[in-house]
Amino acid sequence: MSTPATQEIVARCQTLYEDLNFTAAREWKDAKQGRKVIGYMPVYIPREIIHAAGMLPLGILGGGDQMEVIHGDAYYQSYICRIPRSTIELGVTGRLDFVDGMLFPSICDVIRNLSGMWKMMFPEVYSKYFDVPQTYEDEIGGVFYTNEMAEFRHDLEEMSGRKITDADLNNSIDLYNKNRRLVRELYKFRAEKPWQAPASEVYLVIRAGLVLPVEEHSELLEHYIAAAQNEERPIRDNSRVIVTGLFCEQPPLNLLKSLELAGCYVVDDDLMLVTRWLIGDVPIDGDPLHNLSQAFLHHSESTAAKYEPNQEEKGQFLVRAVKRTGAEGVIFASTSFCDPALLDRPMLQHVLSEAGIPHIAFKYAENSGQMQPIREQAGTFADSIKLWSAA
Amino acid sequence: MRVTTSTAKQPVEVIKDASMVKQKEMMAAHYDRLTNAKENGDKVASTFVPGNLNELLMCFELVNNLPEVNAIQAGLRRKSGSFVMEAEKSGHSEDVCTYVKSDIGMMAKGNIGPNGKELPSPDVLLLSYTGCFTFLKWFELLREQYKCETIFLQTPYMADGKVTPNMIQYMVKQLKEDVIPKLERISGVKFDIDRLREYLRKSAKAEDDLVYILQSGKHVRSPIDAYFGGIYYIGPIFGAFRGTDDAIDYYKFLRQEVDQRIAAGLGPVTPEGPMGEEKYRLVVEGPPNYTNFRQFWKMFYDEGATVVASSYTKVGGTYDYGFRHDPDRPLETLAEYCLGVYTNRSLPMRIDMLVDYINEYQADGLLINSIKSCNSFSAGQLLMMREVEKRTGKPAAFIETDLVDPRYFSAANVKNRLESYFQMIEQKRSGKGVAA
Repeated sequence: MSTPATQEIVARCQTLYEDLNFTAAREWKDAKQGRKVIGYMPVYIPREIIHAAGMLPLGILGGGDQMEVIHGDAYYQSYICRIPRSTIELGVTGRLDFVDGMLFPSICDVIRNLSGMWKMMFPEVYSKYFDVPQTYEDEIGGVFYTNEMAEFRHDLEEMSGRKITDADLNNSIDLYNKNRRLVRELYKFRAEKPWQAPASEVYLVIRAGLVLPVEEHSELLEHYIAAAQNEERPIRDNSRVIVTGLFCEQPPLNLLKSLELAGCYVVDDDLMLVTRWLIGDVPIDGDPLHNLSQAFLHHSESTAAKYEPNQEEKGQFLVRAVKRTGAEGVIFASTSFCDPALLDRPMLQHVLSEAGIPHIAFKYAENSGQMQPIREQAGTFADSIKLWSAA
Repeated sequence: MRVTTSTAKQPVEVIKDASMVKQKEMMAAHYDRLTNAKENGDKVASTFVPGNLNELLMCFELVNNLPEVNAIQAGLRRKSGSFVMEAEKSGHSEDVCTYVKSDIGMMAKGNIGPNGKELPSPDVLLLSYTGCFTFLKWFELLREQYKCETIFLQTPYMADGKVTPNMIQYMVKQLKEDVIPKLERISGVKFDIDRLREYLRKSAKAEDDLVYILQSGKHVRSPIDAYFGGIYYIGPIFGAFRGTDDAIDYYKFLRQEVDQRIAAGLGPVTPEGPMGEEKYRLVVEGPPNYTNFRQFWKMFYDEGATVVASSYTKVGGTYDYGFRHDPDRPLETLAEYCLGVYTNRSLPMRIDMLVDYINEYQADGLLINSIKSCNSFSAGQLLMMREVEKRTGKPAAFIETDLVDPRYFSAANVKNRLESYFQMIEQKRSGKGVAA
C-alpha cells in the first residue's frame, strides 16, 4: 500500500481539527453498540485506563477561533481565560452530547472549578476532577496516585459493565508507548529538519491523536513522518525557537503559522503534553497502575502546572530542551489570565537569562484574531537572534 | 472606643469595638515578635491562611509569617498599589494574583512590615497547598528569592463533596514522613505529639467561641457584621494565634461583647459608630477589597445593610459546619482541617453553604464580590449566583473589585450597583418582582 502524501494527511487532520461536532468520535461510538467516549481536558490523564475499558479518550481543548461563544460568556467574568467558556459552549450547544464522561485534570483553579460546574450543568454525565500528586515519593504521592487511578478504573468498570484486567491495561500501555515513541520521533525529526515538518502541520497531526483511537493515530503518525521526510521543501534562514506556555488553551493555528512566517522555526513546544507526558516506555508487565504511577512520578514532563521540589532544577527542562533541539531562543506564549503559565514565567525567564538564552513573551487567547503584533514581535526576535547572537 | 488614625489629609476618628482594639494589639505584638525574630533567636516559617498548621509550627517553636496577611496589611495601609506595580515592573503579569505581586513588590522595596520594621527572611516555607493553585507558584517564587527550604503539603481537592480515606492517608503520610521530620531538622526541636494535642485542644476551645460569634448573625438585628467586622474576628484564629491561650481569651472576650450587644438589641459597631437600623441582611461570597476597605464598608452601613454571613470568613476553616480540631486524632485532624477549608470545597458544596446561610440567617439575598485576580474564588461565581437565586428565591447581585490592587476598585461603579441591588430587594419585598 502506498504512503499517503503529506498534503493528504494534513488535510485529513485539518478536517478533524475544524470539526467541533467531533464527527469522527461520534462515528467511532456509533460503530458498535455499547461504546463509550470519555472527554478530558489538558494537561494529562492516563488515557490507557480509558482505552483498556474499551472506551475512546477524547481530548477537549476548547472551541478555538472558529466558534462563536454566546452562552459560555454568561458563565465567566472578563478576567478569566477563554478555554472554560468555550468548553461550556461546546457542552450547552450539544456538541458534546455523545460524551459519556468528562475528566478535569488538576491544572489550575479555573479547570478545577469547571469540574463542579460540569457536575451541575450536566448531571447525567460522569464527571471527575482528576487529582494528581504534587509530591513524588513512591510511598506517599505514588500510593495516593495509584489509589486515585484504581478508583477511576473502578468507575469505568461500573460504566462499561465489565472488568478491566491487568492484561487489558498492559495492552493499552503498550499501544500508548508506541504512540508516544512516534510522537517523540516526530518531534525529533522536526527539531532536526524543521523546514520538512512545519509547526502548523505537526500541530494538526498531533492534535488528531486527541480525537482518533490510538491505534489509528499511531498509523497516521508513521505515515506523516514517512511522507514529510520525502517532501522537498526549501530551507529558509529562520531562527530556531522553542515556544512554551501553550499547554492548556490552544493558540489559533494562525499564530503558529505567523511565527513561521515571521522567520521562526519551531523546534519544540509544550502543546498537547498528554501525547508525550510520560517520558520513555512504561513497563508492560507487572502491576499496570503501579507502573503508570512510577512513570508519572519519575519520568514525566515538566510544566507550570506541576510543582518542582528542587530549586536547582527549576526551569532546567527548558535549558535542556534548548540544548537538545539546538534552539536559539525561547518564546513565552501564554494564555491571558493563565495563572500557572504567567506565575511561572518570571522564574523561567530568570533561568534562561542566566543561561544566556534569548527570550521574548506575549499573550494570546484561543480566539486571538490579530496576528500582526505577534508577527512583528516574533520577526524582530528572529532577526535579533540572527544578527546579535554569539553563534 | 474612639481611636484616632491619620490619613494623608487629616486625622480621622474611628470607632472601634474593644475587641477590635484587643485584636489590633495582638496583631501588633505578633508583628513585633516576627520582626524581632532574628534578634531573639527565633526561626520563622512562612505559610498560608487556608491550610495554616499553626499548632504544628508552634511544636517546633517557629514563628508564623503569613504573606497573605502581609499583603492585606499593605492594602489597608494603601501601600500595596506601589508594591503591585513594582512587581509588574520586574516582569510579573498584570493578570495574576495581586497578593503575590504585593508580596514580591514589598520584598523588592525592603520587605518592611506594617510595624515599620523589616520582616525577616523565612527559615522555611511551609507550602501547605489548600484550595488555591497560586499558592504553589507563590512559594516557588519566594523560594527563588529567599533560597530557603520549602516543605510541601498537598491537600487533595474535595471535588466529589467528600473526604476519602485515600485523601486522609495521603496527607497523614506527608505529615509523618516528610513535613514533621523536615520541621524537626530545620528547627532543631524534637516533635512532641502531646504538645501538639495540647495546642489542638486549645484550638477547639477558641473555635467553639468563634462559631458562636459568627452564628450570632442569625439574630434578626445582627450584633455583628460577618464580612467587614468578620475580617477582624477571624484575624487571630486564621493567623498566628490558633492553639494559643491568647486566642481563647480573645474569643471569650469577643463573645461577651457580642452577648452584650444581643442583650441590648444593638447592631454591629462600624467605623462611624453603632450601626443604625438594620434594613438589609446580606450573605456575601468572596473576599473583600482591602485598598478601600473603609469606603467599601461605608457603602453598606450607610444604606443599613449588614452582612449576616460570609464565605470569606470560612477560608481558614469551616468550623460552623462542625469541624473542630481533635486532639485525639492529631494528624488526621490537621488533614481534615486542610481538606475542609472553603476554597477546597467543590462548587456544589460552596453553593449549598450559601443557600444554607441565606435560609438560616434569614438573609434578603446574596452579594458576590468577585475578585479580579483570584481564580480560586471567582471562576464559577456567575453560575453560583444563578443557582443560589434559583434555590432561595432571593435576589443576588454581582460586583467586581480586587484584593489589594487599587486600580480595580471603582467606587462609583460599586456604589451604583449596591444601590440598585438594595432597590431590587425592596421591590422583591413589596411583591413587585424584579424589573427586567
